[in-house]
Amino acid sequence: MTSRLQAAFSAERASLVAYVMGGYPTREGSLAALHALADAGADVIELGIPYSDPLADGPVIREAADEARAAAGEAGFGLAETIDLAREFAEQRAAMPTGSPTPPFVLMGYLNPLMRMGLPKAAAAMREADVAGVIVPDLPPDMAGPWLAASAGIDTVFLAAPTSTPERLAKVGTMSGGFVYCVSSLGVTGERAELPPELADLVARVKASTELPVAVGFGVSTAAQAAAVAAVADGVVVGSAIVRRQRDADELRAFVAELAESVRSAR
Amino acid sequence: MFPSAENVYSGPDAAGFFGAYGGRFVPETVIPALEELTEAFEAALEDSEFTGELEDLRHDYIGRHTPMYRAKRLAEAVGLGAVYLKREDLCHTGAHKINNTIGQCLLAKRMGKKRVIAETGAGQHGVATATAATLMGLECAVFMGVEDIRRQSLNVYKMKLLGAEVIPVAEGTGTLADAVTAALRHWVERVDDTFYVLGSAVGPHPYPLMVREFQSVIGLEIIDQCGARGVDRLDAVVACVGGGSNAIGTFYPFVLGASVNGSGVLGRPLLVGAEAAGLGVDTDKTGASMTKGSPGVMHGFYSYLLQDDAGNPLEAYSISAGLDYPGVGPEHAHFKDEGLVRYEPVTDAEALAAFEQLTRTEGIIPAIESSHALALLPRLAAELGPDAVVVVTLSGRGDKDIDIVREAGLGVD
Ligand SMILES: Cc1ncc(COP(=O)(O)O)c(C=O)c1O
Repeated sequence: MTSRLQAAFSAERASLVAYVMGGYPTREGSLAALHALADAGADVIELGIPYSDPLADGPVIREAADEARAAAGEAGFGLAETIDLAREFAEQRAAMPTGSPTPPFVLMGYLNPLMRMGLPKAAAAMREADVAGVIVPDLPPDMAGPWLAASAGIDTVFLAAPTSTPERLAKVGTMSGGFVYCVSSLGVTGERAELPPELADLVARVKASTELPVAVGFGVSTAAQAAAVAAVADGVVVGSAIVRRQRDADELRAFVAELAESVRSAR
Repeated sequence: MFPSAENVYSGPDAAGFFGAYGGRFVPETVIPALEELTEAFEAALEDSEFTGELEDLRHDYIGRHTPMYRAKRLAEAVGLGAVYLKREDLCHTGAHKINNTIGQCLLAKRMGKKRVIAETGAGQHGVATATAATLMGLECAVFMGVEDIRRQSLNVYKMKLLGAEVIPVAEGTGTLADAVTAALRHWVERVDDTFYVLGSAVGPHPYPLMVREFQSVIGLEIIDQCGARGVDRLDAVVACVGGGSNAIGTFYPFVLGASVNGSGVLGRPLLVGAEAAGLGVDTDKTGASMTKGSPGVMHGFYSYLLQDDAGNPLEAYSISAGLDYPGVGPEHAHFKDEGLVRYEPVTDAEALAAFEQLTRTEGIIPAIESSHALALLPRLAAELGPDAVVVVTLSGRGDKDIDIVREAGLGVD
């Protein structure tokens, strides 16, 4: 069965998965950024949940998360607020003229806020907000049983890494929903001057382990890099380079349009 | 008084859970390294060459067995029948931390690693890692919060003398939790050539198990020493709990059901962990994760955690840099829930008073971390009576803390 998330990928061309941080620089600012992403041609939107200890993230995303939390004052900006943001965005898109693209949403955040809210409750809130999937970098497939049991109808996207053994790739490939997120290189999120030369090999190994589309993220920061990745993968995830422009809606829209264009024309 | 351990205790399971707690909640990138580490660790324990070398190093380098000293003047001052101090402060480098770093660095060498990293709060674990790395010819980098670098400058200097690189961590509060995060992030980048020497009974599986194994030498020696000197009755065993490494090493053999010379005479004494209350558990300046926290995931494991309503880990506070961690080792969380160990919060002020008391009665200057355990003695005297026999693990010596106690006004005219 093809899920909504999986359907955002096609065999003909690669898809752009664009990441923005929820609540950054403000709630309104992040809502505007989501519209900019949809209008500029992102195929999937990844929405970050601000968290105080983001183990898998580099400085740009960490600082955006801190600022989002601080901007929201005492109450903070966390999982509940991010889901609410997604819900409002979905409602606003639904009210727009037909033909306005509404890419599926993937929430990206860490496990503890989900546990704190309660896994069934978090999953129910996401379904209600029309969230298509989640990426939880500190939840490997081996530990995901309770979440998977609670989250029917939501795709859980697992990460494949350059260090993953064939056995682990098989596990990630069969347990993922929507797509498989292939981590380009060792390390945390952030822009990199160069992507590793063995990336095509890695993508081929991941693709061999799954029926799902494979998107590559971590380090992709320019249109040229995005095109190079799009030539070998089903999807290209761009995070820090987008978040760095998230304060300025015009700059953001132009950059995402450029990324979308280069991803589409890569092959 | 407490349920029988045989009936309730097992752990960890194959996935690294102690009851509900533990596990491996980390990015996929490091999971294969954790799997490899688990295998290498288990194989090493089966290999007499490894265990023999570890045993020799414990004896000749760390200086084990550490003494178990009967502190008569202290016992009289607190109103107990006998107080024995397990002198981990007499270990090489001044704390129990070296038991673990010698074990882990020996394992790193066996696995063919050339480089180790570590995090440190008080600096004891950093110094112990730098020391073990030097001994084994490994390159070493230590992550340390900027606030702890300020509080523990002597240990920073020692690490540098030992040839380690000290990497300042400015994020967050610049304390232990931030150093752990930074070290984990760095490990994700360098997992292909770097061994992470974790400093307490925390982190993803197999770290809590491995640290317990390397620290259990403390409790096993206590049992032997009780046997050797005819102590056939122990009412309580006490240790301080930061992440919980000295405490797990102290308690674990007793949880299993300690016996002296196979006769079972020590039974199962009351096991008590002292956690840092900071300014008090009713304030927001506390490190008492078991008294004030709730279950959650941080740094790769599920355990009691100080956290806000949205699930963000909170800053912990304690006067002692080694105890201001918002989480606690998962096996302790399990012990707490099962009632196998009792955990009590101790404030900064109580710890300082206990520090002064040991210094003045016995001429032993303890670490402030260890002083938290000592602070439980008067409470235990009130509960167990004047004949009670208690062992306290003195996890480290106080040299590193001299500036802090001076700032707090102790011994200043
Ligand atoms: C002397 C001493 N005792 C205790 C601790 C707390 O650690 P743990 O709970 O792992 O024994 C530390 C940590 O730095 C320490 O230096």
